[in-house]
Amino acid sequence: MREIEAKKIKETIKELAIKANYELSEDVLSLLNEALKKERSENGREILRQLIKNADIARKERYPICQDTGLAVVFVEVGQDVRIVGGSLAAAVNEGVSRGYQEGFLRKSVVGDPFVRNNTNDNTPAMLHTQIVPGDKVRITLMAKGGGCENSSSYRMFKPGTSKEEIETFVLDTVKAAGANPCPPVIVGIGIGGNQETSALLAKKALLREVSRQNSSKDISAMEKELLKKINDLGIGPGGLGGSVTALSVHIETAPCHIASMPVTVNLECHAHRVKCEVI
Amino acid sequence: MEKKMTLPLTDKDIMSLKSGDKVLLTGVLYTARDAAHKRLTVDIKKPPIPLKGQTLYYCGPTPAMPGRPIGSAGPTTSSRMDTFTGQLLKAGIKAMIGKGQRSKETRELMKKHKVVYFAATGGAGALLAKHIKSAKIAAYPDLGPEAIYELKVVDFPVIVANDVKGHDIFEEGVKKFKRK
Repeated sequence: MREIEAKKIKETIKELAIKANYELSEDVLSLLNEALKKERSENGREILRQLIKNADIARKERYPICQDTGLAVVFVEVGQDVRIVGGSLAAAVNEGVSRGYQEGFLRKSVVGDPFVRNNTNDNTPAMLHTQIVPGDKVRITLMAKGGGCENSSSYRMFKPGTSKEEIETFVLDTVKAAGANPCPPVIVGIGIGGNQETSALLAKKALLREVSRQNSSKDISAMEKELLKKINDLGIGPGGLGGSVTALSVHIETAPCHIASMPVTVNLECHAHRVKCEVI
Repeated sequence: MEKKMTLPLTDKDIMSLKSGDKVLLTGVLYTARDAAHKRLTVDIKKPPIPLKGQTLYYCGPTPAMPGRPIGSAGPTTSSRMDTFTGQLLKAGIKAMIGKGQRSKETRELMKKHKVVYFAATGGAGALLAKHIKSAKIAAYPDLGPEAIYELKVVDFPVIVANDVKGHDIFEEGVKKFKRK
């Protein structure tokens, strides 16, 4: 058994929360620069230029990339040969988020009760998803997920045998209805299959995939490419002001499901895609 | 190409603006989002901030680092404030800055009250923060990031999304760039 201190997990989470909010990833920056070359709308190009400049200001002058520093969505894959000592995993994650959001001058955007709406004042709790995996490492992924894009999510329990085209229409309707709210150009995560709750998790995990990587299945990868083209044909554009680049990438994840079901969840992610990962 | 305007905007200013115009705003803005809007409608007879002629900015900033007026301060989704907007327009609000399209009802109300809606770039919180020279809590401090801040801005870059004639930049943009 390999022992890992809860304190180490707390520190890692703190650093990831801060890094995710200040440093736009290189691969996302590449996609934004490519989008700038492809974008046919003048307003769209101006928005993209501002977003690229914004990322530069954020990194060099230490401003968070966006004022919505998000809810911390944390995925922890714990190797089954690991023993966490010195505290609970959940407490370590939440303490890390609390420290990161306070020391990092990040916004506290979590309310403790959906009806009372009392701010918890330290951006906790995190949305924590844990998984036990083979091995002796702990892999931590932190995604700062803003409200604008998250509120644009949709899901539907389709009938088995629903065609790809019907699902594509559902995805397109979701992106259309969202308009400028998720801060396009967006990254689209789609979960097809599973159960209601697992299809949602699939859609979120789809967003964690390397931005430019397609699904390994030829059929699904073709669907991703087709959807990317159709989403861009919607003409929503950067900032929703009209343009030819509405999405940077589409990721679909599938899973086994009930013979009577075909759940589909769409989770949109803004262009900032604030995701950082560390392996302990 | 950008029009420089000072806040508060005059009726003449507002009437001169067309959807798609790029504007640089200098003067005072008041931030207000969901929770503050709810409170303002309750306090509408005696609001804690001046409303007549003022410009609202839908924004909940990150905390300021020492020595800075404000943290990151980009716009939030405007449609969430639509239900409260009618009362605020009646009370004299002349302009709003936010992200994304307003509801049909709100657009009708804006036309009726001769009010302009500006879009600021969603996600450009750092860039926009650099145009904010001072920020102080003007009302509802217990709301934390959702408090009403009085901001003094210089050349704050926005684009006219809805003008008094009822043009809508989002609708027109999609129409122009949509491909079948």
